[in-house]
Amino acid sequence: MATRHDTAAPPTEEGGAAPGRPPKDGAPAALDKRRARLSRRWQRDMRWSPYAFVSPFFLLFLAFGLFPLIYTGWASLHQVELTAPTDMNWVGFRNYTRIFDDDFFWNAAQNTLTIGIISTVPQLLMAMGLAHILNYKLRASTFYRVAMLAPYATSIAAASLVFVLLFGRDYGMINWVLNQVGIDNIDWQNDKWPSQIAVSSIVIWRWTGYNALIYLAAMQAIPQDLYESAALDGANRWQQFFHVTLPSLRPTILFTVVVSTIGASQVFGEPLLFDANKGASGGSQHQFQTLGLYLYEQGWVNQHLGRASAIAWTMFLILIVIGIVNYVISRRLRASS
Amino acid sequence: MTTTLTPPPEQKQEDRKRVRRPRAARAGGTMHAGPIAYVILALFTIGSLFPLVWTAIAASRDNQRLAQTPPPFWFGSGLFDKLELAWTDANLGEAFVNTTFVAGVSAITIVVLSTIAGFAFAKLRFKGRQAMMLIVIGTMMVPPQLSVIPLYMMVAKLDWSDQLQAVILPSLVSAFGVFFMRQYLIQALPDEIIEAARMDGASSWRVIWHVVFPAARPAMAVLGMLMFVQTWNDFLWPFLVLTQNGNPTVQVAVAGLGRGYTPDQSLIMAGALLGTLPLLVVFAIFGKQIVGGIMQGAVKG
Repeated sequence: MATRHDTAAPPTEEGGAAPGRPPKDGAPAALDKRRARLSRRWQRDMRWSPYAFVSPFFLLFLAFGLFPLIYTGWASLHQVELTAPTDMNWVGFRNYTRIFDDDFFWNAAQNTLTIGIISTVPQLLMAMGLAHILNYKLRASTFYRVAMLAPYATSIAAASLVFVLLFGRDYGMINWVLNQVGIDNIDWQNDKWPSQIAVSSIVIWRWTGYNALIYLAAMQAIPQDLYESAALDGANRWQQFFHVTLPSLRPTILFTVVVSTIGASQVFGEPLLFDANKGASGGSQHQFQTLGLYLYEQGWVNQHLGRASAIAWTMFLILIVIGIVNYVISRRLRASS
Repeated sequence: MTTTLTPPPEQKQEDRKRVRRPRAARAGGTMHAGPIAYVILALFTIGSLFPLVWTAIAASRDNQRLAQTPPPFWFGSGLFDKLELAWTDANLGEAFVNTTFVAGVSAITIVVLSTIAGFAFAKLRFKGRQAMMLIVIGTMMVPPQLSVIPLYMMVAKLDWSDQLQAVILPSLVSAFGVFFMRQYLIQALPDEIIEAARMDGASSWRVIWHVVFPAARPAMAVLGMLMFVQTWNDFLWPFLVLTQNGNPTVQVAVAGLGRGYTPDQSLIMAGALLGTLPLLVVFAIFGKQIVGGIMQGAVKG
């Protein structure tokens, strides 16, 4: 520690005091006063500036996150028209009873669930497998990672528009490939399950690479000696994957499941653009209308903002329930290990 | 990497096992991939890139060609004409300026605010810090769709529809940014440096300016790029408050391209390509850093 730190405090004028430090000469009384003032300012700084530093985030969150969230609940108890969004008439819980009586609400809820499962489960499984492969020593490893992230850079709008063409019934690339192996044309837009698979595939395409990178990062953070001791115990590669890799990834897996669940509950752009000529109905039979799309249809096509708010709050409550279930499951898992 | 362990053929079963052990031990990161791994990777790479390439192929063909089987596998001659048509038809020039402005302002603001807040959470002691951090993490779980309706009412009341601030302001709330910078600064900024600056009498703001910002620069760059991509691609909210003829962002403009009774598919593809191309170029140049950033943000997530 005998080296001089030229960069920290360059020798300035005579005396070489660093700027900001109280001067050494001067009457002791004035010095004391000055010291007291400085230290008072110092204390104020230490005490309050942390709050100043975090306040911009919280102010923005209050204005554009929390307030709207609560106000959505308030608006859901009113009749509000899109054409005059500031006129609100109290209707109590009628918006909720109206949507619960609507078959299309339950249809949308079911579609959201099935599209959520079809898109999330294969996506995360493939991401896990990919991460495992990317964790090997590879030639041109950066190339694969960047290539797999390219869909993430593609917007929902662009991706959906391309997939509409690829999934075309008569001239689409995918049906042409299926024809080559002897499968007849599939009506990806109008049949229920094919359309849900097609919409899900847009989600899968955009997010698999991203999730793979997140798993890969977590895999690289696993200490090497865990594998070494597992190997000494005679575990083969598969056993190592199941007994070392997967348990170590548990928090990351939970994180991606939560994020994907939230994402799946809000799917909107993909089904909207997948059959844009049908508007917001999500296909001619509402076969791929999600809750997000149903909310949009009620609010912006049928112009009932109050009812749309009720849908939003119902979605929020469903998410909270999912969150609680998730929390309980993860606690169970932690307790059992 | 000098030890490649292939046991000599004359070794007995027992010996072979023993030699293999250290090899298996390296399965966690330094093992070489076999040919199957490369095949799978190649398939996924093709799957990731093919739709993008095919967007360009479809944009280079006319509608008659797109309504034939087999679908085109290679470029036609009309690409640049179609791109030009899409550019003028969707008013993409204005949309690009708008989106660049929106994404740029959002990204820079988010980065600065997140760095300052992330520093406070990472390195400063204050009452309520834990609780506040929990709130930040909790807000990551609230889907933005839930606040869309009141925000829309606000915009209507303030007469902000078709105006860019209606898109910028709500996008500035980024709990992810705060969390990301906190995670980075915890390990990248040693306490001693802050202490030293304090000893020299630096106020908290001076510490931020002269110590935190320089130390956080790599993470700030990554966060900035991630936020730029996110805002650039944002669809739902801009779609609600901006119109195609008002002040569209690229996504809004592209979504409205070539509509009508018989949609002009190749024109739509040209628009989709133009809307994606700038980000793809950025990813091609900074891909390594972006990948690193996403992976950095993921650890301890």
